[in-house]
Amino acid sequence: MTELIDVEGLLETMCQGLTDHLAARKIENPCVVGIRTGGVWLAEIIHKKLEITDDCGELDISFYRDDFTRIGLNPKVKPSVLPFETEGRHLILVDDVLMSGRTIRAAMNELFDYGRPASITLVALIDLEGRELPIQADVVGQKVALSGSQQIKLKGPDQLVLEITDK
Amino acid sequence: MKQVTEPNHLQLNKQGQLKHFLTLDGLDKALLTEILDTADSFIEVGARSIKKVPLLRGRTVVNLFFEASTRTRSTFELAAKRLSADVLNLNISTSATSKGESLSDTLQNLEAMASDMFVVRHSQSGAPHFIAESVTPNVSIINAGDGRHAHPTQAMLDMLTIRQHKGCFEGLSVAIVGDILHSRVARSQIRALKILGVSEVRVIAPNTLLPVDIESLGAKVFGCMKEGLDNVDVVIMLRLQRERMEGALLPSEDEFYKLYGLTTEKLKYAKPDAIVMHPGPINRGVEIESAVADGPQSVILNQVTNGIAVRMAVMSMAMSGHVAGRDA
Repeated sequence: MTELIDVEGLLETMCQGLTDHLAARKIENPCVVGIRTGGVWLAEIIHKKLEITDDCGELDISFYRDDFTRIGLNPKVKPSVLPFETEGRHLILVDDVLMSGRTIRAAMNELFDYGRPASITLVALIDLEGRELPIQADVVGQKVALSGSQQIKLKGPDQLVLEITDK
Repeated sequence: MKQVTEPNHLQLNKQGQLKHFLTLDGLDKALLTEILDTADSFIEVGARSIKKVPLLRGRTVVNLFFEASTRTRSTFELAAKRLSADVLNLNISTSATSKGESLSDTLQNLEAMASDMFVVRHSQSGAPHFIAESVTPNVSIINAGDGRHAHPTQAMLDMLTIRQHKGCFEGLSVAIVGDILHSRVARSQIRALKILGVSEVRVIAPNTLLPVDIESLGAKVFGCMKEGLDNVDVVIMLRLQRERMEGALLPSEDEFYKLYGLTTEKLKYAKPDAIVMHPGPINRGVEIESAVADGPQSVILNQVTNGIAVRMAVMSMAMSGHVAGRDA
């Protein structure tokens, strides 16, 4: 069975939440970085809505995953692209689905290899249960509870669709 | 699943992934393209302020060089270090074997140190195959040049350089010039170029510096530079390997330079945007004029930079194939 979630509404909530968060923290002139692939689509939307000046960054975390010894290297790895200096900058890190927290751990390790950012704000469209690391998002579109047999996937990039399907 | 062909029972696992990298023979275009694509991602790592990723953290890579090398050994070492592996450099010609220890004993000792990968250079063709057959299944072997047989990572870094400058391989005409006879690089380059689908591979050399089987590899033989370089997109010069020459294969170096040395004048036979490559070390005034080696069409130093990225790709893919193959 396939269930669809209204992505437009979530994007609205997410961008508003992020704007409020940045204002509360007095963060000005941030840069935005998306984690491939879904996170990059969302980062581009945030980039446009928040009128961020620097180009959007893209992270491919394949070289930083913690399961290399179990599953090996991703054969479709692409270069990460960070078109700005990260040293001393406020970064907005974007992913589509936050679950175990391992992807975010890998992404933060990669970001630190480019320099020492002033701060990292984590944004996720969907926040699932099942955290395995002490990592929480600063801004989420929606918390979702799935049954053990379900999975969620963001499809795009032309029209973003969130699909909940049975595994 | 890929078809696993005979020469590859050793270097591919059951899923068709690389676990050793010994030769290009029998590998397909998809796998070579995967090596080049992965190397592209490692080039980006090499441009960062911290040029290191944690992929092979805690792994031990042994550089096993039975023959002298500067460029290949140091780029393999840098590649392994940028993957966060621990690296051991062994110059065998000055160590154990000269004290009478046999090759298998040396290998067993290195395995007992829990090594994960051997990068092997040897003057005997087939030595890396022999080592791959005799080591325990947990050790991955990378061929860093064996005799006159193969030098697959050099060929792949050359392919990466060609792809960077020319975009693709289809429609290209590539000329390899000089001492083909002694060149494991040329053999691997011809294989790689054919697999990746260039239109034409030419070799330009005097008859005495050509191996007898050269045409069976699919290369077209030319005896003179004017015809051979006519309208080519890529010129690959080879080093004149004086140390491997026995007997009178050449009248003199001067004569060789006059006929086959790449000068500014001779380079004009090629396309105006042709690139000039050389695996190094270059002999200025023997096979290539300084003005060409340092000129605008030369991509020789790009090759060196690409060498690190290609070796990072091959090492991580082979280690990955070992890991994935273990569960299979």
